[in-house]
Amino acid sequence: MINYGLKILLLGLLLGAAVPASAGGSLLPVIPEAQARVSETQGCVEPVDDMRKNHMEYILHQRDETVHEGIRTQQHSLVECINCHVSDAPDAPRVSSEEHFCNSCHTYAAVRIDCFQCHADRPVSTAQKLSQPGGGESLLLSADRQPAPVSGGQTQ
Amino acid sequence: MKSIDFREIDGGLPFYMLVGFIGVFVLAALGAAYYMEHNGHWVTGMSNQIIWGTPHVFAVFLIVAASGALNVASVSSVFNKTAYKPLARLSGLLAITLLVGGLAVLVLDLGRPDRLIVAMTYYNFKSIFAWNIILYIGFMGVVAVYLWMMMERKMNRFTRAAGMGAFIWRLILTTGTGSIFGFLVARQGYDAAIMAPMFVVMSFSFGLAIFILVLMALYKWSDRPLGDAILFRLKNLLGVFVAAVMYFVLAYHLTNLYGTENHGVEHFILLDGGIYTQLFWIVQLGLGSLLPLILLYSPGPGTNRAWIGFSCLLVIIGGLAQMYVIIIGGQAYPMEMFPGKEVTSTFFDGVVADYTPSLPEFVLGLGGVALALAATVVGTRVLRFLPASLADDQVDPHHTPAKAG
Amino acid sequence: MSAEQGIDIYRRRFLGNAAKASAGLALAPGIMLTELGHAKPADEAVTGQVRWGMLIDSNKCAEGCNDCVQACNDEHGLTGFDRPATDAQWIRKVKLKDRQTGHTQTLPLLCQHCEHPPCVDVCPTGASFKREDGIVLVDKHICIGCRYCMMACPYKARSFIHETLQDQMPYAPRGKGTVESCTFCVHRVDDDRTPACVEACTAENHNALVFGDMHDPSSQISQELERHSSQQIRADLQLNTGVRYRGI
Repeated sequence: MINYGLKILLLGLLLGAAVPASAGGSLLPVIPEAQARVSETQGCVEPVDDMRKNHMEYILHQRDETVHEGIRTQQHSLVECINCHVSDAPDAPRVSSEEHFCNSCHTYAAVRIDCFQCHADRPVSTAQKLSQPGGGESLLLSADRQPAPVSGGQTQ
Repeated sequence: MKSIDFREIDGGLPFYMLVGFIGVFVLAALGAAYYMEHNGHWVTGMSNQIIWGTPHVFAVFLIVAASGALNVASVSSVFNKTAYKPLARLSGLLAITLLVGGLAVLVLDLGRPDRLIVAMTYYNFKSIFAWNIILYIGFMGVVAVYLWMMMERKMNRFTRAAGMGAFIWRLILTTGTGSIFGFLVARQGYDAAIMAPMFVVMSFSFGLAIFILVLMALYKWSDRPLGDAILFRLKNLLGVFVAAVMYFVLAYHLTNLYGTENHGVEHFILLDGGIYTQLFWIVQLGLGSLLPLILLYSPGPGTNRAWIGFSCLLVIIGGLAQMYVIIIGGQAYPMEMFPGKEVTSTFFDGVVADYTPSLPEFVLGLGGVALALAATVVGTRVLRFLPASLADDQVDPHHTPAKAG
Repeated sequence: MSAEQGIDIYRRRFLGNAAKASAGLALAPGIMLTELGHAKPADEAVTGQVRWGMLIDSNKCAEGCNDCVQACNDEHGLTGFDRPATDAQWIRKVKLKDRQTGHTQTLPLLCQHCEHPPCVDVCPTGASFKREDGIVLVDKHICIGCRYCMMACPYKARSFIHETLQDQMPYAPRGKGTVESCTFCVHRVDDDRTPACVEACTAENHNALVFGDMHDPSSQISQELERHSSQQIRADLQLNTGVRYRGI
């Protein structure tokens, strides 16, 4: 009996030691910084805790409004999320890598995301650069629909 | 009437070997489905022109046959032919398993099979497809209830009502399946009210052919007697259904041939459609309809088990060819958007579309058949679907010993 | 929000008044202007007051010109894979030759944005739908890829995506296993611009494509439709298409 228990303990210790060794010392996801903040007190368009828990609700609600009713508000727009959370550098991570903003958490949480089978995983400005010269102009919303420098009081 | 002794088939090595053999095809189909889904449909022969291909040929065939397989049970419960009563349970089982096989192929060929839950929760009730989803799932439930009424002695008094419900449900279901094509105004080969009743009659023919083959195979391999009395009744009935299908095919084509506007597609199917013309005349009509009719009703082959089995196989092959001509031939012929004009474009307008069945498609379709058969074999092992004996004296209480020959 | 909305309201009113004033000068007094269909604020839903349509003049369409097709491909990132049978095409040039007379002509063929779309009728999940303003779209979130809409479309307007895609255009999400077709550049239309094909054709001065609000009698398209005869392709199907043609 003691022998058996000892074996289990050793096994547990080995496994426990192996995990930090493989993750390079950190057990939590490394989430890349966004390009901008909403305000000094608030990073994202909604409070971070709210976003972490409910971002899927916002995205799902917004997608129905946009696709079916043509409501293209910026606050919960997926395109705007990507514009802010993914850098437009040419070597910015793609969604297949763990360093992409969405995947950094989703790999940790082991929740597969489906969005980027269809949606672009890099910002509008990257798509502009990739497409033919002169063709990128059309991708930006016209000036009066660009988000004003986001202020804390925005509600939609 | 003496009570029928239903018994499970034996297990043991032969059973496991049979299921294992069929199971290999099921596994291959799963692999093919994964390959198609992972790489995208460009690895198949399907395209933006031939939208539904070999998997759909098999799937629609299986679904149509499933509804027809219930015929034997309906004849016993609804039309009160006592001779068919021992067969009713197998008929119900086969109806469910064939449907499951067909649906599996259909679902695995979807562009997004991972969205099956979406298909079950978002409904557009103007779509016959949406109705079909409800009809197919409901059919499995209705037949399950029907089987329960038949198999539990206390519920036997409800068998007739359940059988009536199942009968009506499957007529609606097959009408719905035919209407998938019949409701399409876009293509000359479809847009026809006759598609629905034609599919109903096709279901009678294909379902019974499969039923007879499965019955003969199961009884041979489990060493149970299968008398001529019941077998000959079934094969004569099959002949009637094969003739009925020919009538509907004739009516469909004659109607199309009368109006000039449909001459294009008729010319294509009947004369210069290449593979479609060959399949129509040689396989569907020749091998699948005329030859079985002759074989089933001639004195020699009509009373020989091997020939009867062969005729059933011919009907099935003819049925697959018919589905191929309808589904793929109907898509291959270009849509008539500009009557009287020759049309060319970069999107294959105005030309007959090319299609070659690819291996993954074929393997997937075959896997559906395999799934249905495997489920049937397992079902008969697990529950009491098969009478211990279908010898003449068991089946027909008024039977007199057969004359020689 | 107040600052942004304030600018919108002011600008809308200014534009509206300016348009009304100049239109009032230009048009006969008897015509009443409907509420302008343009400049919809981003947070407002589209309504049925507007119906988007396109008029294509086949007489002005030059054989060998592919500007509209190229513009659409660029706008939506429709890079092919050198597999014409399975590559997506949202708009294509069709060449017609009359069998009897030998007369030839070309025209672009795209989703006709029917009022009674067969594709919408047959979609089992309702992914294929018609927006209030007449644009027929695929909600790719609920498309299961059954391709029934492709079977049903009388104009072969729909394409199925046969392979994994990458680097999609942000305003034109598209992915493997779903069905798609011309959206009338809905992301542009919602932003008060015209579809890419129309813009390209006009930029090159062919002027074969006119886009506008068919419910607005003062729009260019309504006036041309009223003034000249136009046809629908497969008009006998009574789908009341949003795309009309001249010269077929």
